[in-house]
Amino acid sequence: MDGSHHILSVLVENKFGVLSRISGLFSRRGYNIYSLAVSPTEDPRYSRMTVVVDGDSAPIEQVTKQLNKLIPVIKISELTPEEAVERELMLVTVKVGGASRSQVTELASIFEAKILDVGYEAMTLMVAGAPEKLDAMTDLLAPYEIVELQRTGRIALAKLARESSKLKLVKNKGA
Amino acid sequence: MKMSGAQALIKSLEMEGVEVMFGLPGGAILPVYDPLIDSSIRHILVRHEQGAGHMAEGYAHATGRPGVAMVTSGPAATNIVTPLADAYLDSIPLVVITGQVPLSAIGSDAFQECDTLGITMPVTKHNWLVTDAQDIPRIIREAFHVATTGRPGPVLVDFPKDIANQMMTWEWPETVNLPGYKPNLKGHPKQIKEAARLISESHRPVIYAGGGILKARAAEQLRELAELTGIPVVTTLMARGAFPDDHELCLGMPGMHGNYTAVTAMQKADLLIALGSRFDDRVTGKVGAFAPDAKIIHVDVDPAELGKVRRPDVPIVGDCRNVIEKVIAAVCSDQSKHDWPDLTPWRNQVKAWQTEFPLTYEQHEDGPLKPQFCIESLRDHTPDDTIVVSGVGQHQMWTSQYWKFRYPYTWVNSGGLGTMGFAVPAAIGAKVGMPERMVWAVDGDGCFQMTAQELVTASAEQIPVKIAILNNAYLGMVRQWQELFYEERYSEVYLSPDLPDYVKWAEAMGCVGFRVDTPDDVVPTIEKANEIDDRPVVIDFRTDYREKVYPMVAAGQSNDNIILGPETDRPGGR
Repeated sequence: MDGSHHILSVLVENKFGVLSRISGLFSRRGYNIYSLAVSPTEDPRYSRMTVVVDGDSAPIEQVTKQLNKLIPVIKISELTPEEAVERELMLVTVKVGGASRSQVTELASIFEAKILDVGYEAMTLMVAGAPEKLDAMTDLLAPYEIVELQRTGRIALAKLARESSKLKLVKNKGA
Repeated sequence: MKMSGAQALIKSLEMEGVEVMFGLPGGAILPVYDPLIDSSIRHILVRHEQGAGHMAEGYAHATGRPGVAMVTSGPAATNIVTPLADAYLDSIPLVVITGQVPLSAIGSDAFQECDTLGITMPVTKHNWLVTDAQDIPRIIREAFHVATTGRPGPVLVDFPKDIANQMMTWEWPETVNLPGYKPNLKGHPKQIKEAARLISESHRPVIYAGGGILKARAAEQLRELAELTGIPVVTTLMARGAFPDDHELCLGMPGMHGNYTAVTAMQKADLLIALGSRFDDRVTGKVGAFAPDAKIIHVDVDPAELGKVRRPDVPIVGDCRNVIEKVIAAVCSDQSKHDWPDLTPWRNQVKAWQTEFPLTYEQHEDGPLKPQFCIESLRDHTPDDTIVVSGVGQHQMWTSQYWKFRYPYTWVNSGGLGTMGFAVPAAIGAKVGMPERMVWAVDGDGCFQMTAQELVTASAEQIPVKIAILNNAYLGMVRQWQELFYEERYSEVYLSPDLPDYVKWAEAMGCVGFRVDTPDDVVPTIEKANEIDDRPVVIDFRTDYREKVYPMVAAGQSNDNIILGPETDRPGGR
């Protein structure tokens, strides 16, 4: 994934049709969605959507402003990779036969992947982590022939402050 | 108090102050039409649902109040999609109620079922499906709030038949609570100061006034700002009337068919003060070449408009009236501190262009009849506050060019969507909203044929609108493009002047019909039409099909390449 992707964390009202409003807005304004994950939040009235937008298809400022006009959209935060923790989950079924079974098992342990299912000549793994880790795992599994692969799309939250807000204030004043 | 969902809907509309609605009943909306009989709301029965939508738009344009339309499900809902899209692009407050099949039948491909919510999502500011009769007052309250506040626009409430029959306990919500909807109207003080500073440093400023001025009811403030600073004003197609055409600072309409002065003043400006305008492609021409030396102050209540097309130097989110008032205050305080540049040379330059490049056409005494002559005659023989409505095409451009608008809310047209057939129903809606005013629609023959049947509605309801058809027997604007850009290869644009017979058609619809062939007949016929106040009038003006709209900037061209007229059919020529 290149640098022109942006992660938007969108807090929306948990009502029917909201996903359709958001995806509809993207398609009719010509914005490309790289991935989209939706889940309920700690408050049942709201859901959180994590949208990864292709920044080349539209300026992210315009995407954010248009999204903000949707009435069920409560809040949008743009998360830059430096300011966010991101995770993604991948399920992948790989062909394994003979010697390759142990090689794939070894890869799985290096990547801290879980073996979910083992068949006569294939194996299904689950791996979670930063999207780059999933990309790397996919590359390394490719030579064994990937039968099926699915990723959840990333979810992200803002990184937490590592210093007290007072200290930050003093520092900013000094700068 | 217990009542049915249908009764609650009608009562909610009454609570919102609805006086009139335009609609047509059918299966799914039937239960709502019953309590309507006992309501104070006047219902105007249209002949096609598209007519209901455009009438509601015309009503909203003329009065500033939200237009309300009610139709049934399925085909009725799809028929009203065009007015919704039209209102969405022109920011017209509209509340449309559609019937829907019972909740339990939704998704079963029931009779007259369609996914109204899904279909109208892209063309409404918001829409609702009522799933519990208890929610009706809240949803109607929210619908009117969303339609009329911030950047106005159309909303839709989809109303299933079983909800209409469900009993509920009436309770009217005191407030609207929409956590995701908080329009910012104020304007940032720092940006306003910055705007005043830019204005104080400019030597060739132009105010670029858009439809937002009218939506914010800011015409007075606009005039005050212009007079205080001496800055000339262009009024876009959606803002005609927002600044009086007879004012010495008024430059009229810019854009593809704008006059030379308005277009060129913007091109040469060092500052554009965009007030409620949105840098539409019909105004800017080729964006990269638009007003290349101008800094931009952009005021709009919709933050998404700022930087959408052209990045402003000073973006201001806010309601035009609020912001202009504050800019005026900032300008006054700045002017008291130091001398401002003298704009006389700039205004003289602008005046010189106006003198050198006026709009022109020639009407020979013995014909053929020029459309511009018909419009000028109409303009000069109707009251100053006449509401003028138009469809889309050549006649629309000529009307915008040649009418002298003196008051806001006297011009009703379809700008953004360019909806042919808008004029007849919109004129009816405007007349319903402003019954004391004379309402003239200037329509094309192609446009008229799209929605003329609503004149039956006008006759039946005794709404005496007046329609001037500029009948050139062609889809004129398309013909113009084929002549200029397709080597006169005319493809599917001929309509015939006599088929239909417009006079007979008018009479069949309960109107008075006249036909005018010669310049001599124009004024007497207009005067005859003005006398008639008990039914609609239609005048069939047989105009010269060769006449084209000038000036013109070809699509995708820079505004510098403005074509002034047929003799100068080359870019930049004179």
